[in-house]
Amino acid sequence: MPKIIVEIMPKQDLLDPQGKAVANALVRGGNKDISGVRIGKRIELHFDREVTEKDIEEAKKQAKEFLSNDVIEDVVAVTVEN
Amino acid sequence: MRIGVITYPGTLDDRDAQRAIRLAGGTPVPLWHADDDLKKVDAVVLPGGFSYGDYLRCGAIAAKAPATKEVIKKAQQGLPVLGICNGFQVLVESHLLPGGLIRNEHQHFICRDQKLRVENNQTDWTNLFEKDEEIIIPLKNGEGGYIATDDTIKMLEEENRVVFRYLELNPNGSMNDIAGLTNERGNVVGLMPHPEHAVEPGFGPDTAVATRSGIDGLKFFQSALKALVNS
Repeated sequence: MPKIIVEIMPKQDLLDPQGKAVANALVRGGNKDISGVRIGKRIELHFDREVTEKDIEEAKKQAKEFLSNDVIEDVVAVTVEN
Repeated sequence: MRIGVITYPGTLDDRDAQRAIRLAGGTPVPLWHADDDLKKVDAVVLPGGFSYGDYLRCGAIAAKAPATKEVIKKAQQGLPVLGICNGFQVLVESHLLPGGLIRNEHQHFICRDQKLRVENNQTDWTNLFEKDEEIIIPLKNGEGGYIATDDTIKMLEEENRVVFRYLELNPNGSMNDIAGLTNERGNVVGLMPHPEHAVEPGFGPDTAVATRSGIDGLKFFQSALKALVNS
């Protein structure tokens, strides 16, 4: 299925409580070399047809304006799988 | 005076907000998120809860609802709007107020009677408070940590747009102890604590005088009614 994949991460300088809790659990579980975990989002936009340049432009716009909040998050990648 | 209360899927405190408006002397008007008709109300309350199950980000999907789009348009023209808790998150996601709200620093949901200082009594929702008045309003949230860029925080402080500040204890890691904000014009106010839960003796927060006697929240709604009469 053709899709556009939007990847979003919490900003580097912000505390990521979810990542911190998971990191603690991993270290407790014996993974002593894991020094940190950050958790973001992968959002897939599915299409029943081939993805066009226009779709990608629109996806980038929505990624910036709706799918992420630029006060707390960064859009790290918008990729296409046709 | 008719004050609308928007109900989104997942809203919890719409009935409490309606009741608070009634106790303050106004007429509550229920509004539905999918309806872009605001029924000619004189002001709007965005109540607390978990609109759309907090999917994507708290308030993000509600910010795109037809009713919210109308609120954004009318707020820019001066309509008094109060966003409580999830409603504050909707205001931030709608860009009517700057910054963002993230998970509480200590990662726990918090529920307590919170002391606040009224920093700005010139808004449509705080004009009946004294400047620097200390009030007690129930607070209950999981994602109430207010953050913004350094430039935004500086601007908010310089323009006196911090309306409420947490006193004695910062419950969620909010920058500069910010509990509530207003826009440039003073008609839009958002805060994490719940004034609609402090409007009737016997059902409010504990105060130094008696248990459950706190009614500091009532002045929010009375202030809006006063602002509407004066406008």
